[in-house]
Amino acid sequence: MSETVVIIGAGQAGGDMTTALRQQGFEGRIVMIGEEPALPYRRPPLSKAYLSGEMTEEQLYIKPAATYEKQNVEVKTGVRVESIDRAAKTVKLADGEEIGYTYLAFCTGGHARRLPLEGAEKPNVHYVRTIEDIEKLKAQFQPGKRLLIIGGGYIGLEAAAVGIKKELNVTLVEALPRLLARVTGPELSDYYYGVHTAKGVDIKLGAGVETLEGGDTVETVVLADGTRLDADVIIVGIGLIPNTELAEAAGLTVDNGIHVDLQCRSIDDDSIFAAGDCANHDHGFLLRRMRLESVPNASEGARVIAATICGKEAEHNGAPWFWSDQYDLKLQMVGINQGYEEVVIRGSMEDNSFSAFYLANGVIISADTVNRPKDFMMAKKLVAGRVKSDAATLSDESVELKSLLG
Amino acid sequence: MGLVTYVSFDGEKTEIDVPNGDNLMQAALDNGISGILGDCGGGCACATCHCIVDDAWAAKSGEPDELEADMLDGLIDPKPTSRLSCQIIMKDELDGIVVHLPESQL
Repeated sequence: MSETVVIIGAGQAGGDMTTALRQQGFEGRIVMIGEEPALPYRRPPLSKAYLSGEMTEEQLYIKPAATYEKQNVEVKTGVRVESIDRAAKTVKLADGEEIGYTYLAFCTGGHARRLPLEGAEKPNVHYVRTIEDIEKLKAQFQPGKRLLIIGGGYIGLEAAAVGIKKELNVTLVEALPRLLARVTGPELSDYYYGVHTAKGVDIKLGAGVETLEGGDTVETVVLADGTRLDADVIIVGIGLIPNTELAEAAGLTVDNGIHVDLQCRSIDDDSIFAAGDCANHDHGFLLRRMRLESVPNASEGARVIAATICGKEAEHNGAPWFWSDQYDLKLQMVGINQGYEEVVIRGSMEDNSFSAFYLANGVIISADTVNRPKDFMMAKKLVAGRVKSDAATLSDESVELKSLLG
Repeated sequence: MGLVTYVSFDGEKTEIDVPNGDNLMQAALDNGISGILGDCGGGCACATCHCIVDDAWAAKSGEPDELEADMLDGLIDPKPTSRLSCQIIMKDELDGIVVHLPESQL
């Protein structure tokens, strides 16, 4: 009997998995089910070129509709999966349809963490996760408006950069004492603070939001220290919650993501997999269990699942990497700097061209590069190879990074 | 519209009609070509859409800009006509272009 792969979630991981399954030679039925109305699309531009109006919705699509048809992939968008019957190996959709599976892949992603305050549901409070989110935001994202951003992570900072470009008056509040606290070292946090401040963003650090005041819309945001900030438009970028309710209801192990192994296979059920933001997977490079939020991680997971289903050897083991575009700065990062003992700067922050290398036990475990694509490409290899180095070498620009690869 | 021939590392050729204005990474994805990943979606941030332009087409396809050149320089084994396919945009003069794909994008 022919095999069927059912993919729940039509995002980056889901879209990439359909490609990878056909490329790896899977000849059975592929059904991808997405809750959003759109075909799988690239989310990174939502806080950048799509918000600024430089990209159309079609340009966000990973592949056009015709390609799914050609690859014989059934795409069902705008419909939720209601439940999963693991014993019968079926999924039930909200429209009543029941689909049997040989393999089931969770690519359910996540949703923006909501601001847990009264008033957060008002129409000028926005999130940045879906095309629909941005369509609502765009209408209010007009020159001269007072934009208040809650959260100093990637989403908040990228939105701030677009806000400045579109001539809004931008204020950003971050509850922690520094920007990008979850993902980078204090040196980079200070650097980005300086960049955004110079561009005109009013940044308040250590500033927790206490209450939202107003009528039909939120008009004033009150901070914990009593500071009152008036705003026309509010963007909340305070993190992501993985979409795992279905997996939990199906009895799978879920704790900050669906627990899967090196092949992205559920630790509870051999016919179930998970990839992307919703997956908490064993990581062959980091040598620990991680839930990562990034496009490359979603794509890698999707490819690993496709290969595994096709009987090929694959494991999720690439050094994780990330990127963020703000103003004319290209930030590219590789590795996870958790546990670093020393940071070495190569190049010049003043000239907006530098790299920060993070060392633990003399090993380069991570790097953040700003406008240094060449350093980034080398850093990917240095981190992946667990190469040892030291401050004197890494900071010396007369030493080619390539030479450290041996 | 112009014809692009993608030659896999094993020598397998696939011909695709690509509309003017589309980049050769997206065109490969749109047509399920193996050997091109395009993880960053065309942002010149990942170098997983590396291709080697056939010598006969190298001059016509132009030179990489500084950012692309730096990314290419960071590949382990770049060739003189290496390009990132997301940065090659189809136009009339490129009708018939041949690009070779590397053994791996990772």
